[in-house]
Amino acid sequence: MNPKNILEVRDLVVKFKLSEGIVHAVNGVSYDVPEGKSIGIVGESGCGKTVSSYALNRLLPPYATLSGQILFRQQDGNIIDIAKLKPEGREIRAIRGRDIAMIFQEPMTSLSPVHTICNQISEALILFQGMTKKQARNRTIELLKLVGIPQAERRVDEYPFQFSGGMRQRAMIAMALARNPRVLIADEPTTALDVTLQAQVLSLIQDLQNRFNLSMILITHALGVVAHMVETVNIMYLGRIVETGPTMEIFEEPLHPYTQGLLQSIPKLTGRLGERVSSIPGSVPSAYDIPKGCPFEARCKHRMEICREEMPKPVTVGSEHTVYCHLYTGREAARDAANA
Amino acid sequence: MARKKIPAPAADTAEALSTTEEKIFYASQWRLMWWKFRKHKVAVIAGFVIALMYLGAIFAPFIAPYGPTHRDRGNIYVPPQKIRFWDENGFSLRPFIHPLKVTTDWETFQKVYTEDTSRRIYIRFFVRGKSNDDQYKLFGLFKSNIHLFGVDEGYIHLFGTDDLGRDVFSRVMYGGQISMSIGLAGVFLSLILGLILGGISGYYGGVVDNIIQRLIEVIRSFPQIPLWMALSAAIPPDISPKLVYFGITIILSFIGWTALGRQIRSKVLALKNEDFIVAARLAGTSEPKIILTHLIPSFMSHVIASLTLSIPSMILAETSLSFLGIGLRAPVVSWGVMLQQAQNVHTISMAPWLLIPGVFVIIYVLAFNFLGDGLRDAADPYGN
Amino acid sequence: MLRYIVKRIVQMIPILFMISIISFIIIQLPPGSYLNTLIAQMRATGDEVDMEMIEALRIRYSLDKPMHIQYFNWMKGIITRGDFGFSFEWNRPVSHLIWERLGLSVAVSVSAMLFSWIIAFPIAIYSAVRKHTLGDYFFTFVGFLGLSTPNFMLALILMFISSKYFGFTVGGLFSPEYMMAPWSWARFVDMLTHIWIPMIVVGTAGTAGLIRVLRNNLLDELGKPYVVAARSKGISTVRLVFKYPVRLALIPFISTVGWQLPNMVSGEAVTATVLSLPTAGPLMLAALRSQDMYLAGSFLLLLALLTMIGTLISDLLLVLVDPRIRYE
Repeated sequence: MNPKNILEVRDLVVKFKLSEGIVHAVNGVSYDVPEGKSIGIVGESGCGKTVSSYALNRLLPPYATLSGQILFRQQDGNIIDIAKLKPEGREIRAIRGRDIAMIFQEPMTSLSPVHTICNQISEALILFQGMTKKQARNRTIELLKLVGIPQAERRVDEYPFQFSGGMRQRAMIAMALARNPRVLIADEPTTALDVTLQAQVLSLIQDLQNRFNLSMILITHALGVVAHMVETVNIMYLGRIVETGPTMEIFEEPLHPYTQGLLQSIPKLTGRLGERVSSIPGSVPSAYDIPKGCPFEARCKHRMEICREEMPKPVTVGSEHTVYCHLYTGREAARDAANA
Repeated sequence: MARKKIPAPAADTAEALSTTEEKIFYASQWRLMWWKFRKHKVAVIAGFVIALMYLGAIFAPFIAPYGPTHRDRGNIYVPPQKIRFWDENGFSLRPFIHPLKVTTDWETFQKVYTEDTSRRIYIRFFVRGKSNDDQYKLFGLFKSNIHLFGVDEGYIHLFGTDDLGRDVFSRVMYGGQISMSIGLAGVFLSLILGLILGGISGYYGGVVDNIIQRLIEVIRSFPQIPLWMALSAAIPPDISPKLVYFGITIILSFIGWTALGRQIRSKVLALKNEDFIVAARLAGTSEPKIILTHLIPSFMSHVIASLTLSIPSMILAETSLSFLGIGLRAPVVSWGVMLQQAQNVHTISMAPWLLIPGVFVIIYVLAFNFLGDGLRDAADPYGN
Repeated sequence: MLRYIVKRIVQMIPILFMISIISFIIIQLPPGSYLNTLIAQMRATGDEVDMEMIEALRIRYSLDKPMHIQYFNWMKGIITRGDFGFSFEWNRPVSHLIWERLGLSVAVSVSAMLFSWIIAFPIAIYSAVRKHTLGDYFFTFVGFLGLSTPNFMLALILMFISSKYFGFTVGGLFSPEYMMAPWSWARFVDMLTHIWIPMIVVGTAGTAGLIRVLRNNLLDELGKPYVVAARSKGISTVRLVFKYPVRLALIPFISTVGWQLPNMVSGEAVTATVLSLPTAGPLMLAALRSQDMYLAGSFLLLLALLTMIGTLISDLLLVLVDPRIRYE
């Protein structure tokens, strides 16, 4: 394991066994999370990005099977493979919340509607940090202030349904940060919010990440969201990473046809009136029987004979920019030759 | 919900769809329900059991060896007889029973029946009934006295006999006709009442809705069985059994429609502002046509499921009322009327087979509960 | 909260009024009156029927008056004096006959309900958490079986088993020496030793329904995002199930009290006849048969009132456990 990484995911495979068949949700995903840095995972809904992040905390339902490695460097320096832990065992439960915390998509339904905010945030503090009720309550108020909830002393005793959407998401963030975790997984933290609130919540997350030196995994379907937030981007499609690299490079020189399509589909403020926002034709194929070749083959405008037959090998261009596409096979060799 | 809008797959990706998905895209609502129902193995089995029971009821006079009032005078409280293929004299392909020997227990002064294992009475098939009591009209049309099985010598009592020497097996078959039809009739009446009143309530709203809702509330405030008791006590004792049957059916549905009425009302309320109804209205479709062709089909699957689940309570009610002596009464034979004989511990410990009609009630109700459960799941084909 | 309670009680009044009218109409439905029963009885025993006496009775009981007058008098008595009319058959005021009977009915029903809760609760949680296991299927089947067995059948079977295998007969709520005795501690204890059979019999049918409701609610709740969110905090499954989903699943569960209590009272009416319990059901049945109209009508009215109180209690409990309603 690379000493600068806190988390390394290697060949992660997640399958769901349903009565209709086996869903191949994640098909061999590898990425690194450097300590104190943030990475992004971007893809359309159903590409497996949420499933792959749930796997990190072993939150998948019992009918999911998991293989590959999830190496995590613990506080004491020991390395543990999360993928090998018992699904609801003591070890993984100790990691959850203390080491790896999560912020969820839907602040509305991710909080229990019949317990107060105070009850829900202080629960883990009382259970695991040995705080008294009073201490935990004070810490909760502190946390709520930290995430910018006004009148925290009063609102701490309210129920989630008395909070607005943005406030709920702030409370979720406070709950995730309660035990000073080292890794924060933010699963589409702003999808359910109004556009105006999105920017606020994102900048709050970024601010907190810097302040507490958190390692963060930001999961989103919007490339625009990750642009300013993360150092590295992984583009996922149909359970695979198709391109990975430093954020700026991906934006400036997208290589995979899918990444190019994603970038073109972001509406531009500078565009002419009446100009059509381009979209990627077709829809994501079924995850029941995944193609043996390139996952994007069916929708790709550059598709070739080989794309249907063979999964492309990684091609590294630049220092950390890697793409999985047959278009670039051989390019690496050519560039190496040019450099020589 | 019915008629969920499914986006048609874009032509250029159609081939990328797996075959399962393609099937789901193009299947009709009823087809989807059938697929979902089929997965519910227990419900499918329950469906078969119910079909079998109704078949048995239709052909009851043919299957029953004796008529419901036929009395085997010498043999009261005969325990169930076993059908055998085997005895000490060896195997026989044709099933047989042993004749009964009667002795009297001088301590309790009761008859004691023992099997005479030295003799065999062979069971014959398609035999002529023993007396005019066994004559019947199949479907009310074909007069006949041929029975599925019987014996030449004496009687055969598969489920034993009651205090008058009547064959419990035959009476269970005949009783099924009444017990199993009263549930259906009651549910049918409830459906009509529920559809009309619930539909009006939901579709028109306003004052009518208010009145109907209050009415439902008042009826539901009465505990069911006492209300049933009070209503059936109002059926005059001297009217014909047929009228009693109708009276009980009406009483059952008088309470039964309320739950259904509520359900239909809320469905109609939810549906009447759905896009496809509004579209139909804008297109100038007449109101009755909208109700018949759009509204009713959209919630029919749910209604069928809840109807299936309300049949059990109907038959349980009939059985309970008849058992208490205020429902159907002799000479009508129903499972509840038969159970009336088993009202005290003394009789039950002497002749436990008199509880057999109750076993049939349990099987029937159990099957309907399982079937209804499966139907309810299937009625929502797009749910997980 | 107080305003809510008052509002609910005020809403009950017109419905109660309707119920009293319907009760009265229903008991008037059978042709003839108690006097016909009396005449039939006298004929049966060979007594000479004295038409003059019958006529005198008719006037004394106001049976000669039009129906609405009779109803009005009955209501006036109930509201002003708590007088529920006169029982012809028992020759005593109805109010002397019904209260203990109704009290015992409530005792049996409430204990049956508690029994069904105690049984249903752990089974439903087990079934939901261990969904689609052998244990879940077993309990589901037993639950369905309980649901499908008529109460009186269960009573008969229990009676049969206890007399055949344990050699004692069950029935009644009191031992003979306490049957007519006034209330005392000993009599109460004696009742407790008898009440368990009707409790089981009446409770079983409801148990199956409760298991299904609670199991389905729990399954719904267990799949919700807040459960995953709570797991992501490191909370153990057992604690999680009890703190979050059970609490939420309890809400519809509590709302079932409203229909459960009347169901229990209802089921009790039949069971009581089989087990010969001194509760409301059998007396009401007898009164219905002999057209002892005020007795039967009062029972019908009070049982409906009981049902409404059950609904009210469940609504109030609902407000207590669900903050969303409380803050509306």
